[in-house]
Amino acid sequence: MLLHIDSIQTYYGSIQALKGISFTVDQGEIVTLIGANGAGKTTTLHTLSGILHPRHGSIFFEGQPIHTMPPHAVVRLGIAHSPEGRRVFGRLTVAENLDMGAFVRRDKAAIKQDLDRVYTLFPRLKERQKQLAGTLSGGEQQMLAMGRALMASPRLLLLDEPSMGLAPILVDLIFETILEINKQGVTVLLVEQNALMALSIASRAYVLETGSIILSGTGKELLNNPDVMKAYLGME
Amino acid sequence: MAVLRPAGEFDQSYAYDMATMRRRWQWLALAGFLALLYALPAYGSPSLVSFVNRAAMIIIAVQGLNILTGYTGQISLGQAAFMITGGYIAVLLVTRLDWNFFLALPVAAIGAGLVGLFFGLPSLRVKGFYLAMSTLAAQFIIPWFLRNAFPEVLNGAQGLNAPPPELFGVVFNQPGRFLYISLTVLIVTTVVAHNIGRSRLGRAFVAIRDQDLAAELLGINPFKYKLQAFFLAAVYAGLSGALFAFHLRHVNSETFSLNDSVILLGMLIAGGLGASVGPILGAVLIQGILELATMAGPAVSPFLPSAAAGAVQALRPLFFGVVLMVFLIFEPRGLAHRWSLIKAAWRLRPFSH
Ligand SMILES: Nc1ncnc2c1ncn2[C@@H]1O[C@H](COP(=O)(O)OP(=O)(O)OP(=O)(O)O)[C@@H](O)[C@H]1O
Ligand SMILES: [Mg+2]
Repeated sequence: MLLHIDSIQTYYGSIQALKGISFTVDQGEIVTLIGANGAGKTTTLHTLSGILHPRHGSIFFEGQPIHTMPPHAVVRLGIAHSPEGRRVFGRLTVAENLDMGAFVRRDKAAIKQDLDRVYTLFPRLKERQKQLAGTLSGGEQQMLAMGRALMASPRLLLLDEPSMGLAPILVDLIFETILEINKQGVTVLLVEQNALMALSIASRAYVLETGSIILSGTGKELLNNPDVMKAYLGME
Repeated sequence: MAVLRPAGEFDQSYAYDMATMRRRWQWLALAGFLALLYALPAYGSPSLVSFVNRAAMIIIAVQGLNILTGYTGQISLGQAAFMITGGYIAVLLVTRLDWNFFLALPVAAIGAGLVGLFFGLPSLRVKGFYLAMSTLAAQFIIPWFLRNAFPEVLNGAQGLNAPPPELFGVVFNQPGRFLYISLTVLIVTTVVAHNIGRSRLGRAFVAIRDQDLAAELLGINPFKYKLQAFFLAAVYAGLSGALFAFHLRHVNSETFSLNDSVILLGMLIAGGLGASVGPILGAVLIQGILELATMAGPAVSPFLPSAAAGAVQALRPLFFGVVLMVFLIFEPRGLAHRWSLIKAAWRLRPFSH
């Protein structure tokens, strides 16, 4: 088990956003967390990467408790997080943004290899190396945010709504790339509102509703579950 | 036969020549300008020499503020207090412990840096306006301490007098000689600041300023880097304040005030936040305008009868305020931005429009 989350409860002041969530991610999987607006998906990822700390419960990465660690320590363990809304450095170039992704690393040769890997995954980024990230399109910024996270050479990649606001053709491309990244050996925890796409590439999935997990199963099982279809896929 | 060459080949070498020529030309121009500045005592008027001295020392303080506010995005209203701190430490080391000025200078800078780091601690918890308020605390606590604590050492409100710096028998006892010190320190601080801006450290600063969440997720510890920025800003302030103390041969708890902290921020805004030429352009412009205002004061006082007595004092803030407003409205990115536009146009000549 790569990641084990054990009944975490996270609060914003006195407001409880996560009401005791437990789930696991195994080595090599794509696991997805789906749910409506405000369900607590982003809060879960922020708790994983140390931006927030759970008031109760624990998180283990490769058996090691990480729920009290600050974000800069969590990254160094091999968890990279591509945040909601991309948050690229608009006044830096594409290449400089990718360079920032490797901030915690010193192994120059391996960094260069990872840069080549990112440019192979996203040829568009290579073409635009010298462009300021703030002037990229939304899709390109999403590629950059994912590429930047990969530059940390993570074993676990956290993706928060990578398809948000993208045209369907780009959504397909992003999801294909997620599959490709996973094939290269990176375990993925994917948060999505686009349940149909997320479930179709995920090995396992959890459904989050107002801070609790209400359903879980393989991607296929949930895709064929009438309740899920109705609630998240807009189908009767 | 040249027409038979593939298109573009010659362009490349031409562009290459132009780039190296430009670089060589720029270095020559810079060296010439510095030589002119160093030779200033030989041909410049005493008031011009004094102005360049003051401008150099002020630029150093603004460069420090640029690291903290420009690159890292942390507003500070305490820079003047750290200047006083550097001044006191340097003067005490020289007068009490008989240190040479040139040894006391870096130690005073580091001392001021540590004090600045202490007052940067609230940046762990607060941002923006609240952080500005907490740096304001330095502006009250430090002068109060210097006025009231250890009167037999700090000499209360009277402050401390400083002897002129000395090195290998040369006494830097006039502005014309002091200029060599202030210019040399300025060159060092400029090179260091420029390199910080381009280093891993500078990238971390900018990342925290522009996207603090993403910065944290990439492994940047914001608190650590904010404290480093506070430290560096106060080191620069300490250098500036120590130089001022030995230039004026005196320092007291009011040598630099909240007013100066605000003016330093104004200079940074006018020059351009987060660009290494910004502090130089902003400090020279604003200081120039303020000193012109001082000179113009007596000249216009007949026309301002009610303010006549205090015309000199009255006009400085007025000029500062007006210039700041003009910049905020018409050139919010500062002179450094204009400077880079001019450089770009020059590079494209003769095809610029
Ligand atoms: N900084 C905050 N302060 C207070 N409450 C917050 C804060 N951030 C989120 N919340 C609340 O916590 C709950 C979970 O929010 P979260 O952002 O995790 O949802 P989400 O599932 O990511 O939603 P979306 O799909 O819209 O991104 C929501 O009710 C939200 O209002
Ligand atoms: Mg969210």
